[in-house]
Amino acid sequence: MSETTEQKKPAGRRKFELDPRLESYKGVWVFVEHERGAVHPVSWELMGEGRKLADKLGVPLAGVVMGAPGIQTRRFCQEAFHYGADLCYLMEDPLLSDYRNQPFTKGLTDLVNAYEPEILLLGATTLGRDLAGSVATTLQTGLTADCTELNIDMENRSLAATRPTFGGSLLCTIVTLNYRPQMATVRPRVMSMPKKDDTRTGTITEHPLGMIETDIVTKVLEYIPDNLAGKPQLPFADIIVSGGRGMKRPENFQLIWDLAKVLGAEVGATRPVVQAGWVDLERQVGQSGKTVRPKLYIAAGISGAIQHRVGMEGSDVIIAINSDPNAPIFDFATYGIVGNAMQILPALTEAFRQQLATAKVAV
Amino acid sequence: MHIVVCIKQVPDSAQIRVHPVTNTIMRQGVPAIVNPYDLFSLEEALRLKDEYGARVTVLCMGPPQAEAALRKAISFGADDAILVTDRAFAGSDTLATSFALASAIKKIQEDMPVDIVFAGKQTIDGDTAQVGPGIAKRMDLQLLTYVSKIVELDLDKREITLHRRAEGGVQVLKTQLPCLITMLEGTNEMRFATMSNMFRAARYPLKQWDKDAAGIEDVTKIGLKGSPTIVSKVFAPQPKLVRAEIIDCESREPKDLAVTLLAKMFTKHPNLAEEIGKASA
Ligand SMILES: Cc1cc2nc3c(=O)[nH]c(=O)nc-3n(C[C@H](O)[C@H](O)[C@H](O)COP(=O)(O)OP(=O)(O)OC[C@H]3O[C@@H](n4cnc5c(N)ncnc54)[C@H](O)[C@@H]3O)c2cc1C
Ligand SMILES: Nc1ncnc2c1ncn2[C@@H]1O[C@H](COP(=O)(O)O)[C@@H](O)[C@H]1O
Repeated sequence: MSETTEQKKPAGRRKFELDPRLESYKGVWVFVEHERGAVHPVSWELMGEGRKLADKLGVPLAGVVMGAPGIQTRRFCQEAFHYGADLCYLMEDPLLSDYRNQPFTKGLTDLVNAYEPEILLLGATTLGRDLAGSVATTLQTGLTADCTELNIDMENRSLAATRPTFGGSLLCTIVTLNYRPQMATVRPRVMSMPKKDDTRTGTITEHPLGMIETDIVTKVLEYIPDNLAGKPQLPFADIIVSGGRGMKRPENFQLIWDLAKVLGAEVGATRPVVQAGWVDLERQVGQSGKTVRPKLYIAAGISGAIQHRVGMEGSDVIIAINSDPNAPIFDFATYGIVGNAMQILPALTEAFRQQLATAKVAV
Repeated sequence: MHIVVCIKQVPDSAQIRVHPVTNTIMRQGVPAIVNPYDLFSLEEALRLKDEYGARVTVLCMGPPQAEAALRKAISFGADDAILVTDRAFAGSDTLATSFALASAIKKIQEDMPVDIVFAGKQTIDGDTAQVGPGIAKRMDLQLLTYVSKIVELDLDKREITLHRRAEGGVQVLKTQLPCLITMLEGTNEMRFATMSNMFRAARYPLKQWDKDAAGIEDVTKIGLKGSPTIVSKVFAPQPKLVRAEIIDCESREPKDLAVTLLAKMFTKHPNLAEEIGKASA
């Protein structure tokens, strides 16, 4: 991008004026997603982010809870308050006990039309994407998927949603000017979990769904829960040891597992390693894999390509081991060791083992 | 049965260029392929054709060169292919794209009613997963995203039973045709093109529709005008201001390096020692 065009552009831009019919749209909403009795953590991550947006705009933050009637939905509203919501819109109906596109789209669309939020955020989960795309089309408004950053463009009070584009090589900021609400989805673990404040409370506004079962074409015959035993849970791991193509051979990956074992860590990997079949797809970290936010991320033989980076740069501390001093991973890691991972990893495993042994003695 | 599969042609690599003024993507010079996720949907459509008998029409909106993607689909066994192409579509976001595709499918219906529309889970360039749901809503089709398996299709009752991936499990759903399905990746494997289909693909008289042929009258619904979202800025990710603290490696034993690293780290991040103790316990 040449500098001259960069400089000329804002000056040439006409001042934006919001359609007066849209001025009544006020407030930031977060859709509170839940399944099998628990709220998806991404909803609270969004609540933290929504709080910041609402404060910048000086408007209230609301949670939207939809589900079967019962104590559970009330509890979710309370939790929403603890995570920062000022109020909750609650839609209770037995028809909402399982997620189905038709009743949820109608319910959320009706809520938006009745209470007019300016911003509506959803998690980029299978449920959230299904619902967000449907609601945005029904309302004929803009939706920005998989955002990595949300901000307010104060000049025109609009949502500036930043997301990776074209395989993650570039980022773009997207605005939805003369349409409301401005919708966005964010993937789990991209935003940090806000602190919970159990003393916070708020008000609940109830709204009916207004459908009967025969209105709904799709029926849920059964729900088969995943067998989680033995499945890696990378997104919520506190420590992750990851290996890349620099590990050279599948046998060498044992060094990654050894270190992970000593640390009680999960094992992660880059895409080429997964594609070569060295580890399961579940362990891929990055743009087309999992987003992780551990306290410690150890990357061995990983170059630090942008598609990997976007999945792990939210880690508190990153240790990178790479034989190439110019590897991009050193641009964003916390600590770097330039060297052969096959020699460094065993040494690191041993050092951690000793550290842990002394710590135990000290206790 | 008539099945429409929406496929998009996408750039093959992460090589991209961006127009300096309009901030739109310039596709010239980048090799193009069929969006990989769309192949799972195409294969599923072809399987239904094998099992129940169907006409499979593939539909793509894009520049004239996107015809290559459609010919590829014919070589796998699709029956018909339509390329919707018009300068007026330039700059379309997902809302405008789903409008244009839905209009084209309505046109296709005039010839033979459509029972199932397939779209990919998402594209690798737009990467939004929004166009499928958008088409379903505009055409009032039952929407079934992230489908991992089609269990049964009853053409007399016009019912379909399938598995849909949810966050913590799988929903077994039964719904009515017409519907729109997006397949989950890895649920099937694309067949090889047969020799005869390859010949057919090469000779197939592809239909090209401009906006009028696709039944689009309202031009405010397509292109930049019909797109609520506006790209305000495209930029390269910023390098972090502080580079990694490199543990000096000159002439040192791995053991020494590891110990030095740990000492540094635990001094600066004392909480980590505790975390590791917890995790390994
Ligand atoms: C659309 C798209 C999506 C993608 N999604 C993802 C994704 O989700 N996750 C992902 O990881 N990638 C993804 N990629 C791929 C990504 O672009 C990179 O190709 C990939 O991350 C590189 O993996 P790597 O670091 O293991 O391998 P390489 O880039 O080959 O790096 C290997 C590194 O190991 C170092 N090395 C070599 N020998 C040694 C040694 N003995 N000791 C120590 N270091 C050594 C080398 O210096 C090098 O830096 C995606 C790409 C595209 C186009
Ligand atoms: N221009 C297009 N032509 C045909 N199908 C498309 C087009 N854009 C998107 N689709 C379909 O919609 C799906 C989701 O796209 P997206 O919303 O861009 O992730 C794709 O996998 C395609 O099946």
